[in-house]
Amino acid sequence: MSPKVPIEKQIRMALNGDEAVAYAVKQSLVDVVAAYPITPQTIIVEKFSEFVANGEVHTEFVPVESEHSALSAIVGAAAAGARAFTATASQGLALMWEILYIASALRLPMVLAIVNRALSAPINIHCDHSDAMGMRDAGWIQLFVENSQEAYDTTIQAFKISEDPNVLLPVTVNLDGFVLSHTLEDVHMLPDEVVHEFLGGYRRVSKTYVDYLGKEIEVKLDPANPLTFGPLDLYDYYFEHKIPQVEAMKKAKDVVKRVHEEWYELSGRRYGDGVLDAYGVEDADVVVTVLGSTAGTVRYVAKKLRSKGLKVGVVRIRLFRPFPFEEIRKILKGVKVVGVMDRAISFGSYGPSFLEISAALYDLKNRPLLVNYVYGLGGRDVPPVLIERMYQELIGIAKEGEVKEVLRFLGVRG
Amino acid sequence: MIKSEKRVIKEPRRWYELPLSALPYKLSTEYKTGGWRAFRPVVDLNKCVRCMLCWLFCPENAIIWDGKDIKVNYDYCKGCGICANECPVKAINMVPEGGGSS
Repeated sequence: MSPKVPIEKQIRMALNGDEAVAYAVKQSLVDVVAAYPITPQTIIVEKFSEFVANGEVHTEFVPVESEHSALSAIVGAAAAGARAFTATASQGLALMWEILYIASALRLPMVLAIVNRALSAPINIHCDHSDAMGMRDAGWIQLFVENSQEAYDTTIQAFKISEDPNVLLPVTVNLDGFVLSHTLEDVHMLPDEVVHEFLGGYRRVSKTYVDYLGKEIEVKLDPANPLTFGPLDLYDYYFEHKIPQVEAMKKAKDVVKRVHEEWYELSGRRYGDGVLDAYGVEDADVVVTVLGSTAGTVRYVAKKLRSKGLKVGVVRIRLFRPFPFEEIRKILKGVKVVGVMDRAISFGSYGPSFLEISAALYDLKNRPLLVNYVYGLGGRDVPPVLIERMYQELIGIAKEGEVKEVLRFLGVRG
Repeated sequence: MIKSEKRVIKEPRRWYELPLSALPYKLSTEYKTGGWRAFRPVVDLNKCVRCMLCWLFCPENAIIWDGKDIKVNYDYCKGCGICANECPVKAINMVPEGGGSS
């Protein structure tokens, strides 16, 4: 199928991941951006404030004094009916933590770009996923991208997913710090008007029935129809207010897939089915699962090994929340060994995606053997030679048929 | 303005019947907060000079001015005592609620 906007009609620019996000936000008719700069997210805010200063966007840009305020400001903006965006990393996300839960529980659509960076201490500015994994229970949809092109594509998709009437949840777009954020890449962008049409113009606010007004009204702060957002809610109805969040998450996965397909029809670009991006898994004995930019390196090594006749595959998890349990089960059924790569660790447990995959595979009659590889903490490089060693180890496990050590560390001095 | 008489609320309500965004289904005025009060402000209208400072300072809008006298709306007054504190002629006394001896 040829895309509606052929590649030669698309705007081609050399952008790094941060700039790609900034351009995506520029095209997405965002009403309010409130952000505080933090390495390696800075370029997003810097670039976007240029657009504002040049009058290229209609956006209200709020320079705040902290990330806690940045997210608070866009929660307010979203509650007022605006399309809102912010970006952060690492400690900044940690400071947003309290408001993360409020944004999702109030069902306010918004997009947060996280440029993944390790958490202190010791202080470190380079990539790992500890920051994003700290918010996995906050009720946000979490997407992880592999390259700058995908960062651009996904940021635009994120607004559409977030505002879908069946979803109405905040969305994060995760891109690896420095590996993506500061690396120039060829990025193809769609023309402004095509993006506007894809998003359906400005944000449309969902409606709900309010008893005391006796009518259906838009869920927004409006003096004509006064509403209270987030007041005291104790054991009488708090529990009932949590169930819609669960239900919205259930519906979100299909919306992510649908929006991803719609974008594919426009741009000709797709990433697996929008949830999982698999390579070589059909006949594979050994499969590695991974999030983010490392997938490129793993795929490169897998291709090399497959050319030597080894049956290996890769599954990149693009959607981490809601976690695609059925898709994982389907794709990993019949595999002998699965190596789960995690760029974060839950101390006293395993890597976060290992826990999800274990849960997903438990129902299978013939479960694959599972090994958890924690890698790249604090931006430690993950060269192909390391990945190849991991694959060889996994092939060895497939032959032996047992896993002696489940939690392993890749590329650490030991 | 909102007419709360129009409201029809059936309880208990199922989760899918509740409004989106965890919005309260009742108006905030229907949550009577007067029960929180430990001390009740009592206005001595003979001392009161109608300066309206209590009306101005009340954080709950619980002081009512009917054009002639000052009254307290005990449905919402939480008994904070700011009115009594601000009153320049000491016309408001804070009286203990529930079996107080004064």
